[in-house]
Amino acid sequence: MSSIQNRRQEYRSLFKQNVAKRLLVDKIVRIIVFSCVIIAIIPLGSILVEVFKNGITAISIEFLTDTPGSVGSGEGGIGPAIQGTLIIIGLSSLIGVPIGVMSGIFLSEYGDNKLAKSVRFFNDVFMEFPSIILGIFAFLIIVLVLGHFSVWAGAFALSLIMFPIVARTTEESLKMVPTTYREAGTALGLTKWIITFRIVISAAKSGMVTGILLSVSRIGGETAPLIMTILGSSQFFSSMDTPMDALPLRIWRLSLLPYDSAQLQGWGAALVLIMIILGINLGIRYYFANKKKYFLQKFD
Amino acid sequence: MNKVNLNLKKRKVISDKIFKIGATAAGTYVLVVVVLIAFQLVSESYPVWEEEGLSFITKTDWNAVEGRESFGALPYILGTLTTSAIAMMIGVPLSIGIAMFISDAPPKIGAPLGFLVELLAAVPSVIYGLWGLYVFRIYFRDWFETPIHNAFGDNIWLFSGNPYGLDILTASVILAIMIIPTVSAVSREIMKAVPQQQKEAAYMLGATKWEMFKLAIFPYSKTGLIGASILGLGRAVGETMAVTMLIGNATGIGAIPSSLFGPSQTMSSIIANEFVEASPASIHMPALIGIGLILLLIAIVINVIAHLLVTRMLKIKEGAINN
Repeated sequence: MSSIQNRRQEYRSLFKQNVAKRLLVDKIVRIIVFSCVIIAIIPLGSILVEVFKNGITAISIEFLTDTPGSVGSGEGGIGPAIQGTLIIIGLSSLIGVPIGVMSGIFLSEYGDNKLAKSVRFFNDVFMEFPSIILGIFAFLIIVLVLGHFSVWAGAFALSLIMFPIVARTTEESLKMVPTTYREAGTALGLTKWIITFRIVISAAKSGMVTGILLSVSRIGGETAPLIMTILGSSQFFSSMDTPMDALPLRIWRLSLLPYDSAQLQGWGAALVLIMIILGINLGIRYYFANKKKYFLQKFD
Repeated sequence: MNKVNLNLKKRKVISDKIFKIGATAAGTYVLVVVVLIAFQLVSESYPVWEEEGLSFITKTDWNAVEGRESFGALPYILGTLTTSAIAMMIGVPLSIGIAMFISDAPPKIGAPLGFLVELLAAVPSVIYGLWGLYVFRIYFRDWFETPIHNAFGDNIWLFSGNPYGLDILTASVILAIMIIPTVSAVSREIMKAVPQQQKEAAYMLGATKWEMFKLAIFPYSKTGLIGASILGLGRAVGETMAVTMLIGNATGIGAIPSSLFGPSQTMSSIIANEFVEASPASIHMPALIGIGLILLLIAIVINVIAHLLVTRMLKIKEGAINN
């Protein structure tokens, strides 16, 4: 009798030991995993804090609108850089968005064959191409042929980064539109392109806009392809055939200078750039959080 | 009457045909661009292959002085591989930890944290560089590199060299931060793709959460997680600006990575640094384009492998849901 009880006791303690150890391991892993998240968020916090803290002291009306002063003087501003970034974003969108949207339509509406399969695959791979390679490509086929740096070369290079992103998101959002919408169009005797543009795209608009804005925020911060295409300049935009400035380029050039005043201006430019890009990102997030419910309801 | 109808029908067919051709052309644009890029890089870098032959890949010289031009890509290939490897060693475990936390946390906590981590991807590379140069480098040098160097520098070659902050390790750590959003987002999707039944079966056996990950999620998602890491590797290999600003930009034989605290140079950073100054007439520019070609080949191989692994994994998920 007592031997059975003893044995039970023994088993119970063994069981407890086993479970206690496993629970301890579990707890340790939980702590490690949570600290991974914290470790990743610290740099983000530090970047945002430093950019705001240092950048805000540089910002003034003159800083935002003036041309850069002489090197190291700490005078002048980043007017041409802001203007250049806006111009280059506009021009790249002009090239990249139509191609991206049409490519997305192809993948979604005619995407049931081998060609579309390989297009989809290469789109994904192309999206991860090092951006500096695209800069070299634009340099070789535009700058080298024309013989001078050109705003179009920069816009072309950035449009290459842009269109796969737009194509991908367009495809995804067009696919979310129910087939019944298209069938309704066909039943009315409409042609396929009218169905696509008037019915399918108008239903999938918000997703497509999200994709376009995401790609804009991506190219807004691109530096590498601009080095060899628009070069950078300290004058305001004058023609398509001369070098132009852009915010990321200006930040890079400022960071190469050994002066404290240049460092301060760099932070100021970084603040402007990060406001544009995070503004777009957070805006999409907010817009989409409200829109998503509506979007889903519409199709239920 | 009949004739009119026929005409209408014909016009319809033609406009649709044009639409289809337009869409197909836009779709094939990406294929054309990929082929053109490869062709351009090969043909424009031809002079350097002609001059140096395959030894371009194995030589360490880098001399652009006229008359004594000699170029070798080895230091930069090694620089890229070293920084990317260190970035992977730091970034991948962190990312998988993040993915574990977020895929398992209740949506109210997981979604905002996941969004914060993904915001890391929105920060432009040049701002990482700026932050690394003026903020991170200083702390890292004073709190990590100098003590380590003082403790081990004389005995272990890895920690030799005077820590100045502009070195391989700083660049790699910044790279690691930059790949975290990519790797963790893809890993999270892949962990979520594990069928619920697998997890429930593990819980039913009395597994703790960690044991559930070991029993159910890791074996099921192994391929996909490897794919996600390789995707991060692709990012790290192609990253330019932040590395250019932090790696110290050595050239020639001095750029061969010898110590964690020594300067080096990657393929993309040497292109960013020298491309504009190189003259298209000399062999300097073909050499840089040749490095671009090598970089492109490495990036393509890495990304093709990653995409095959990841899409295979996510396809399994679709099948599992349908059945």
